[in-house]
Amino acid sequence: MGLLRLFDRPAPVLLPLPSGSFTSDRHGMVLIDTLPSTFPRALLGDIAQQVLRVFREAAEAQLPLAELNIQYASLRITARELRGGALVFLAPQGLAPARWPIPGGPAGTENLRA
Amino acid sequence: MSERRDWQCMRKESRARPTILLVDDDPDHLDMYRELLGQLPSKPRIQTARSGAQAMALLEAEPFRLMICDLRMPRMDGLQVLSIVRRTQPQLPTVALTSVLDEEFRSRAYALGVDLFWQKPASEKEIKMFLECLESLLGREVEGGFRGVQSKSLVDIIQLECLSQSSLLLRITNGKLTGKVWIQEGQVIDAETDGQGGERAFQQILSWQAGHFETLPAEPGRPRAITKPYNGLLLESAQALDERRTPPGAQGPEPSPAAEPAGLSEIEGMEFVLAVPRDETGPRLARGLEDPKRMGAWARLSLNGFRSLGERLRAGPLEQIEALGPQRHVALAGQGDLEFCVGWKPSLAVGQVRTLMKRVLALWAC
Repeated sequence: MGLLRLFDRPAPVLLPLPSGSFTSDRHGMVLIDTLPSTFPRALLGDIAQQVLRVFREAAEAQLPLAELNIQYASLRITARELRGGALVFLAPQGLAPARWPIPGGPAGTENLRA
Repeated sequence: MSERRDWQCMRKESRARPTILLVDDDPDHLDMYRELLGQLPSKPRIQTARSGAQAMALLEAEPFRLMICDLRMPRMDGLQVLSIVRRTQPQLPTVALTSVLDEEFRSRAYALGVDLFWQKPASEKEIKMFLECLESLLGREVEGGFRGVQSKSLVDIIQLECLSQSSLLLRITNGKLTGKVWIQEGQVIDAETDGQGGERAFQQILSWQAGHFETLPAEPGRPRAITKPYNGLLLESAQALDERRTPPGAQGPEPSPAAEPAGLSEIEGMEFVLAVPRDETGPRLARGLEDPKRMGAWARLSLNGFRSLGERLRAGPLEQIEALGPQRHVALAGQGDLEFCVGWKPSLAVGQVRTLMKRVLALWAC
């Protein structure tokens, strides 16, 4: 019976890698985004906080930065400094980058929704 | 890894028993000098090259304590060879040999920074003197110091020029890094090193531990970007350097520096290299950086922060970070137990930074 219960366990939820962009203010608050509503908002906040923290600490180390490219095995994060806040692009690797050929370019911003 | 170990072993061996590189297109001369040099008290190992190209290949392959080069050679002449060696291996003492004494050759050779210009010895007395000079060069300590004025720091050199009210341009090279210091009537008026100017550049240049310098004619039209008197400027720079150096014993034993892989300085566009241990102990390497401690802390924090974020996103391992800035680009990546932070020229595109960083990591892994 115990063996059968194994199949009753809920299957782990696979978090799809986010594809889209968002802007954040200088406090890490997400202002607008083009990400699916199923993607946890808390994670967006985490990304924003981490990106802003790196920009801020780089400036304190006399290294002013305009852009960060973070390459994971299956996701690329591109963050552009935006008057203390950030414009962040998330692109899963292996997918066609047609939606954002140039991060921050017109193709990337026209899809932004409030 | 084994290649690096071989190179280190060769370096140790070279310290114990010096190796001399002898360059001459005439095989008879090579044989004769090999025999002569064999009489030196330090019993050096002699390697010979019959052309400049062969000499370059040997210099790349193993460390030498001294290079002796004939000036008249076909294709690449001795002056060309010495000029390249001065740039690529500024610490290597060099001797120029000539069969015909020519004042122009002599002054050109000394301008290139050769340690000794010698007419090929003909008599027994000349041979004896020649060998004594070579032995003295072999015995000289080659750690640090700027060539041209042995055992003098860059601070000493600038102080000397300022005290004598000189007007000149000092060009300083430290591997791939080049810096310029303008001195006008005994005052430092400006400095420049890749992408930086003024006092900031001056401090960065002063932080270089060794290299090669040359004096160029003054540029009287150069606008003054540094207004402080030279002695105050040198004092401030020296204090800043002292502050950056950890006092011995203050934080336990100094970590042993990591060995820099061969070929690293050949990578175009690189401004600095910093390797910091993940656990804050052990070996490290910092080259061409003003404040390695601060930059290291930022690099470690950024990599750890994004690693942790990657775990929450389930995006797989963090491979690399490229940080682009108006003054310089920086690439961050972890490899083994080290975190790497490498600075790049801001003119490079992000794709170039990515590719070049991979090359740095590959060199390190070798």
